[in-house]
Amino acid sequence: MKVSIELKNVVKRFGKVTALDNVTVTFGGNKIYGLLGRNGAGKTTLLSIITSRLFADEGEVLVDGEPARENDRAMRKIYMMGEATLYPENMRVGDVFRWTREFYPEFSLDYAFSLADSFKLDCRKKVKSLSTGYTSILKNIVALSSNAEYTLLDEPVLGLDANHRDMFYRLVIEKYAERQNTIVLSTHLIEEVSEVIEDVVIIDGGKIIFDGSRADLLAHGYSVLGSTELVNRYAEGRTVIGSESLGGMKKAYIWGKPEQDGVPDGLELSSVDLQRLFIQLTNARQN
Amino acid sequence: MINFTGDRPIFLQVSESIEDGILSGVYPEESQIPSTTEIAASCRINPATALKGISLLVEEGIIYKKRGLGMFVVSGAKEKIREKRKREFYEKYVVQLIDEAKKLGFSEAEITYLIRRGFEGEH
Repeated sequence: MKVSIELKNVVKRFGKVTALDNVTVTFGGNKIYGLLGRNGAGKTTLLSIITSRLFADEGEVLVDGEPARENDRAMRKIYMMGEATLYPENMRVGDVFRWTREFYPEFSLDYAFSLADSFKLDCRKKVKSLSTGYTSILKNIVALSSNAEYTLLDEPVLGLDANHRDMFYRLVIEKYAERQNTIVLSTHLIEEVSEVIEDVVIIDGGKIIFDGSRADLLAHGYSVLGSTELVNRYAEGRTVIGSESLGGMKKAYIWGKPEQDGVPDGLELSSVDLQRLFIQLTNARQN
Repeated sequence: MINFTGDRPIFLQVSESIEDGILSGVYPEESQIPSTTEIAASCRINPATALKGISLLVEEGIIYKKRGLGMFVVSGAKEKIREKRKREFYEKYVVQLIDEAKKLGFSEAEITYLIRRGFEGEH
């Protein structure tokens, strides 16, 4: 049996806008994924189609090999945390936990209450009375307590302060180490997740522009620094995804593997971090 | 707690920080080191990265696995790390020192003098 969420040639249109343009991608293998994209790139649409909150116009979604559409068994394997608050707003925090357990039998009530305690979330409060930050915290606690095989977190740290974000990443790693499940972190905050994730899916303008390991992505991009003339000569015949100039100096970002030796004098080759590479890749497509 | 810098792969920094702990006596020989999960969670890094750093130390014979218990420091690990770091010393420090010295126009005698001064502790 396949253990994965597969999207095959998925197309989603909203009126004249194509939000997902022939997307084929697989999440599985018990890894932590980063689903990275700028605002409006299609991250939420993609996750909503996986969880049948939206339906694709074309293509299909398979969960462990079975079509996901109108398939309760498949849906119970996936928990999605997103911007929408799906609990009745008069419900109290503690009841949200008990309610979710009805749909997710692996849900751990003890764990949920202990996390609420660590985050100082009052379980007697009504959902509608929570601040933006605490609403996010509640949703994250529910997601992490669900113990679903696939946990999809859409912009999970929205509204969380630095201390709570730090706590959140620690909990994600601990949960992953304990359950060995598949976790998808969908975010535009690349720097924060760059060491947490193992695989990367970059979506831009509704298209998947990279799908592979983080290590592989980093090995494919580098920068070259030197005088404008030398850098321009070096860049000829290579894939330049961006550049910056200061005075007579130029830095070009190159897509490809750098040569081990034979670097011309006066040029300096450096590795590029995930965020910088992401910015260059997603800028390159727009221009 | 490990403070990462941006210039080298994280898994290397994980293994170096454990080596530092062994050298300074935080992890005595035959004592247990933190688990992959503990390292990953406390450093906010992917467990696979932490495992890669630990595996490197296993390959080098600095730590070993006790089945069902965890990872332990090999007896003689301290000496092994010292030997390895001595071998790396020339490439890592001397070459860079000479490089910078040449850029600044220091003579060999001046550098020798500075090193002697450093040893005598007159900063």
